[in-house]
Amino acid sequence: MKAKAKSKNDITTVRILAKHPMETGRRIDKETGEKIPAHYIQELTCEYNGNVVFVAQLSTAVSQNPYLAFSFAGGKKGETLQLRWNDNIGDVEKTDVKIK
Amino acid sequence: MALTRRKFINLLTVGSTACLTLLTPLTSFAAWASDAFNATKIEDAYQNLFGSTELIESDAVVLKVPKIAENGGAVPVSVKTDMKNVESISVFVKDNPQPLTASFTLPKGTIADVSTRIKLAQTSTVTAVVKADGKLYSKSQEVKVTIGGCGG
Repeated sequence: MKAKAKSKNDITTVRILAKHPMETGRRIDKETGEKIPAHYIQELTCEYNGNVVFVAQLSTAVSQNPYLAFSFAGGKKGETLQLRWNDNIGDVEKTDVKIK
Repeated sequence: MALTRRKFINLLTVGSTACLTLLTPLTSFAAWASDAFNATKIEDAYQNLFGSTELIESDAVVLKVPKIAENGGAVPVSVKTDMKNVESISVFVKDNPQPLTASFTLPKGTIADVSTRIKLAQTSTVTAVVKADGKLYSKSQEVKVTIGGCGG
């Protein structure tokens, strides 16, 4: 997952690009004729200083390689944010992002 | 109907068993609003997510989506509002197989301005719902999905 966090006027803006197929479970594999099972991020959270600042609950209708952007009050240059997502088959990815 | 103590206890047992049965496969993602996400009708999704279907249409909810989307696979959406005490922002696509697309929880200090990209199965109304001060405010816009990618 790629992420950028930028602090300006005491507001930190975070932009995230998570790498994920976001399969709906409705597509059919053209070669085998079988349905491709659903595989999608269910929840993405962002923590700053031990506090959750953002929670996104997603469905299969969020685009492939989900893009998310949000901002919160606070955050200084050089501090880190903890990002984490989990998907419907139990995979988890964590990334730390430095605020610039 | 008079509710005796015994009946009340019986009801509790039935209720909690039903809840547990429903929740079992999802214990590891207890926070994910599965009922709301799995709802196939937009009203059911509202009911399951918010516990209410009473939405107040409001221009204070600023929903930015294109009027025409050439690629229904990645439609940019952004929702913002100047309202105070915003608890959550949710995005619904009425004509998708499952209307609830994404729901963002905004703790205190997080600004009510989020963007993402969503999929549209077909031309549909996109609705943003802002929960502020316990009330639900909405704004909708139709997004036309063109097939064939000719932009017509």
